Amino acid sequence: MIEIKGLTKRFGKKSVVEDVSVKIKQGTITSFIGPNGAGKSTLLSMVSRLLDADTGEVLLDKNNVKKWKSDEFAKRVSILKQSNYTNVRLTVRELISFGRYPYSRGRLTAEDERLVDQALEYMNLQDIQDQFIDELSGGQRQRAFIAMIIAQDTDYVLLDEPLNNLDMKHSVQIMKILRKLVDDLGKTVVIVLHDINFASVYSDRIVALKDGKLVKDGPTKDIINSESLREIYDMHIPVQVQDGCRICVYFNSHA
Amino acid sequence: MRLWMLIIATIVLSFISLFIGAIDIKPSDLLDLGSEETQIFLISRVPRLMAIILAGAGMSIAGLIMQSLSQNKFVSPTTAGTLDAAKLGIMISMLFFTNVTYTQQILFSFSFALIGTLIFMQILDRIKFKDAIFVPLIGIMYGNILSSITTFFGYEADILQNISSWLMGSFTLIIAGRYELLYVSIPALVLAYIYANKFTVAGMGEEFAKNLGLSYKVVLNIGLVLVAIISTSVVLTVGVIPFLGLIVPNIVSLYMGDNLRKTIPHTMFLGIAFLLMCDIIGRIIVHPYEIPVNVTVAVIGSAIFLIMLFRGRAYAK
Repeated sequence: MIEIKGLTKRFGKKSVVEDVSVKIKQGTITSFIGPNGAGKSTLLSMVSRLLDADTGEVLLDKNNVKKWKSDEFAKRVSILKQSNYTNVRLTVRELISFGRYPYSRGRLTAEDERLVDQALEYMNLQDIQDQFIDELSGGQRQRAFIAMIIAQDTDYVLLDEPLNNLDMKHSVQIMKILRKLVDDLGKTVVIVLHDINFASVYSDRIVALKDGKLVKDGPTKDIINSESLREIYDMHIPVQVQDGCRICVYFNSHA
Repeated sequence: MRLWMLIIATIVLSFISLFIGAIDIKPSDLLDLGSEETQIFLISRVPRLMAIILAGAGMSIAGLIMQSLSQNKFVSPTTAGTLDAAKLGIMISMLFFTNVTYTQQILFSFSFALIGTLIFMQILDRIKFKDAIFVPLIGIMYGNILSSITTFFGYEADILQNISSWLMGSFTLIIAGRYELLYVSIPALVLAYIYANKFTVAGMGEEFAKNLGLSYKVVLNIGLVLVAIISTSVVLTVGVIPFLGLIVPNIVSLYMGDNLRKTIPHTMFLGIAFLLMCDIIGRIIVHPYEIPVNVTVAVIGSAIFLIMLFRGRAYAK
């Protein structure tokens, strides 16, 4: 289990994350939501050790994440950030193979190759496995990176706005895959989302932040209602139920 | 392109390189071990070939490592101030010690190359606007600043002539006893190959590398030390060879991608073949005189560089 305890991060005098404590339940999708600048990505970066917290701690299996050895940690927790999109010319297969780096240091064993094949198949990338990632469309590239994370085979998968710049079809595709990771493979997914409706439809739990502070933390159904959403976003958001999904209809809202 | 094609090209060009020059040497002359031809062959031609091979491989790999670590296709020892810093180091060693030894020059040049490149990486870390063209422009300006400091103090101390002789990349003066420093780049090249996977991962960015459990800072520093070792050995023996570290890795990247484990052998052999070709051209066109290799490399290299800029801007992003 990942336990976030009293985490605070300041940039200069401004605290971006302030005294946040959350428990991430195993085998769930937990979405971090909130307005711009709420500190969602910063929080995710601290959980994944990309950033150091000023105060507070993050515990993975009761041990502070800072005390974990980096390769052992990389076998338990993976993070995918937007900035991963670089101009590096690796083929899809090479990229996914690097997901095995914490295990094999680049010298792939037969077992590694098998897991790479499996990840390729899981993300339906076999046909383009020899193409360079800088030549792919946004959706294909995002799938390739997620396949790498799958090959990394960690219990916890952290994703920072994985739907950015994706069209509706690819967004749904990615969310369905994340759902499968949790339901079929027993992973735990933590995801920063901007689209409240994707959070509502696909996540088990929602953690809402605002101005660096924790506003809500609970099962999705307890949070997707007009009352709670007003607290988070300062606007009136009607919620309608469509095919069993709670959909926020905020497009036409008057404050 | 296949690796064996590059290797064959390298062997053929090496052979040509051994048997052209002011004095005609035929392979049959070498059968007489005592002949003047054999002496010239061993004192001048073989060292020259070795120097070209080591400098060509070294500068190409140094460029490749820098491009990977800085995540920019247009960064190389000549566009990031590495060579200018090495020159500054040589000048300062001359200022400090009246009878400067070779070892002192090596140490100064190496530490300056290392610190100079580190400073460039720090600048790169701080600027937000990381355009493919903007970054090397900063590097070139930075290199020019270092270079003007060298020129200023060199002029004041009246050792400008001495310094400008380092400037010129040329194999003309390479004879046995004057190029052996280049052999230190061999262990550096071997290390570069051992670290290839780590450089590739680091080249995907700090966060990507940390996600895979790689100690990014350590790999970055190892890469910079390797670049400094290689650059120093080349500057002190051959001089500055422009463009080599820039165009060779880029050409290989175009057809092979950026997985260093795969591209390092190609980059090495393409670098050697390219430098051999430039040197041979420089020795043929004004025979029996020579054009310094930095001139031929600059002319051919800048043409290729321009083509890359116009055609490849989209790819470099």
